Amino acid sequence: MSADLATYNFAYLDEQTKRMIRRAILKAIAIPGYQVPFASREMPMPYGWGTGGVQVTAAIIGPDDVLKVIDQGADDTTNAVSIRAFFQKVANVAVTTHTKDATIIQTRHRIPEQKLTEGQVLVYQVPIPEPLRFLEPRETETRKMHALEEYGLMHVKLYEDIAHNGRISKTYAYPVKVDGRYVMDPSPTPKFDNPKMHMSDALQLFGAGREKRIYAVPPHTEVVSLDFEDHPFEIQTFEQDCALCGAHGVYLDEVVLDDQGGRMFVCSDTDHCEDRREHGHVGEMLAPNQEAAE
Amino acid sequence: MSDNPLLKVSGVSKFYGSRIGCQDVSFDLWPGEVLAIVGESGSGKTTLLNCLSTRLMPSAGSVEYRMRDGNFRDLYHMSEAERRFLMRTDWGFVHQNPADGLRMTVSAGANVGERLMAVGDRHYGKIRETATDWLGRVEISADRIDDQPRAFSGGMRQRLQIARNLVTGPRLVFMDEPTGGLDVSVQARLLDLVRGLVNDLGLSAIVVTHDLAVARLLSHRMMVMKDGHVIEQGLTDRVLDDPREPYTQLLVSSILQV
Repeated sequence: MSADLATYNFAYLDEQTKRMIRRAILKAIAIPGYQVPFASREMPMPYGWGTGGVQVTAAIIGPDDVLKVIDQGADDTTNAVSIRAFFQKVANVAVTTHTKDATIIQTRHRIPEQKLTEGQVLVYQVPIPEPLRFLEPRETETRKMHALEEYGLMHVKLYEDIAHNGRISKTYAYPVKVDGRYVMDPSPTPKFDNPKMHMSDALQLFGAGREKRIYAVPPHTEVVSLDFEDHPFEIQTFEQDCALCGAHGVYLDEVVLDDQGGRMFVCSDTDHCEDRREHGHVGEMLAPNQEAAE
Repeated sequence: MSDNPLLKVSGVSKFYGSRIGCQDVSFDLWPGEVLAIVGESGSGKTTLLNCLSTRLMPSAGSVEYRMRDGNFRDLYHMSEAERRFLMRTDWGFVHQNPADGLRMTVSAGANVGERLMAVGDRHYGKIRETATDWLGRVEISADRIDDQPRAFSGGMRQRLQIARNLVTGPRLVFMDEPTGGLDVSVQARLLDLVRGLVNDLGLSAIVVTHDLAVARLLSHRMMVMKDGHVIEQGLTDRVLDDPREPYTQLLVSSILQV
């Protein structure tokens, strides 16, 4: 390529920007759960499509990394496909859909079912990093509340839930306390995934592009979901098994099949589902097909 | 009553540039005592109240508060964390406009329970029980516990604000025109209620009001302010029945007689 032709730097961002983001990430890791402000850049995608996550990934990715991108657990939805293609183009890195092969997993709204291991990094795309935002609109005040550890308001929200619905009805973006200090919004992941954040072997990084915040949960860090003594935290449970792979105790998506009330429940984590099917697990909707084939 | 004052105020002044907010105010407040600060609009009552309650930094002077352990602490030399903790446990602040002191978008029960949760209560059932009890004490029926204050009348909102402040058993309550904006019959009920609660709980209170009737009903002692200065202070009945300063005489004689 000719030297005077404008070109992308490796992984899109220029090195000074990456340096700035890495400093924010290091600070975030040093203070688990604390929202570190950073100078978020314009990215070639709209806010709400993962500009924060993409910047974090761009700052930490190297030529030897293997990237996996998921959106609501799936590797094949628009957001996941386009971000994966973006990094293939601007960083020329290897990509995968297999959780166990990936070194960096950028995610929107799910944590993979397969347990993450040491050395892996999970990058979350975060829309609203401030867990207190809808209770206290003033940023000056929420910062003060974090600084002084005044988190009574978070329980006011949970109280309201119980008062109106008889139980804590918050099912996603369920607030957690990190390392016994900062209350953190785990991005809009279902609360089903909250326990996976606790003492995880992998590093978890959170990037909010529009709100210009980065925060982190280092490996082996305590992450506790907030609750009341008489209304303890509990995760969603599903009566059905996955219709394709028969998996039980995983997070399922409901898919409407027709206008006659037909529906199926399938794994939200597509890689997990495919992996199980390769290993011979069969759900109820695949079973009849096999009989027909025989 | 104890031998020591609860609050020692000496030489508190607040200037807005060259303009005087309040100047050189000194007094002691004793446990169980209700002090009224009266004066016309712009006389510095609210500025003084805000200085005393650490909502505003005074330009000069000191305010010392006797903590629960019996030691006096200078409020302006405390850390912000300690001050805010004090404000939501040992103190109350009743705003003139209930919307300033309430969270209008959460239920009445949560409004009362917020302070409990802020000091670490984590049992829903107990919080709710306490909230129900307090709503009863301020004459709000228990079936309104899950309604938002937006659905409440002005008088109910004010009573709710009082319950929210008193739930942690504070020792000192600041009130800024607690009956302002309420009609007279509601005012009378509210005053009755506040007087009962102050007596029952042995609260100390500093009440800012321009309504001398409120001062007469609630307070033991009163201070009259004009142009940022305290021009007269003494027992409420003495000041109202036998005002010495010309301005106080004017104020007392301005009360409308029906």
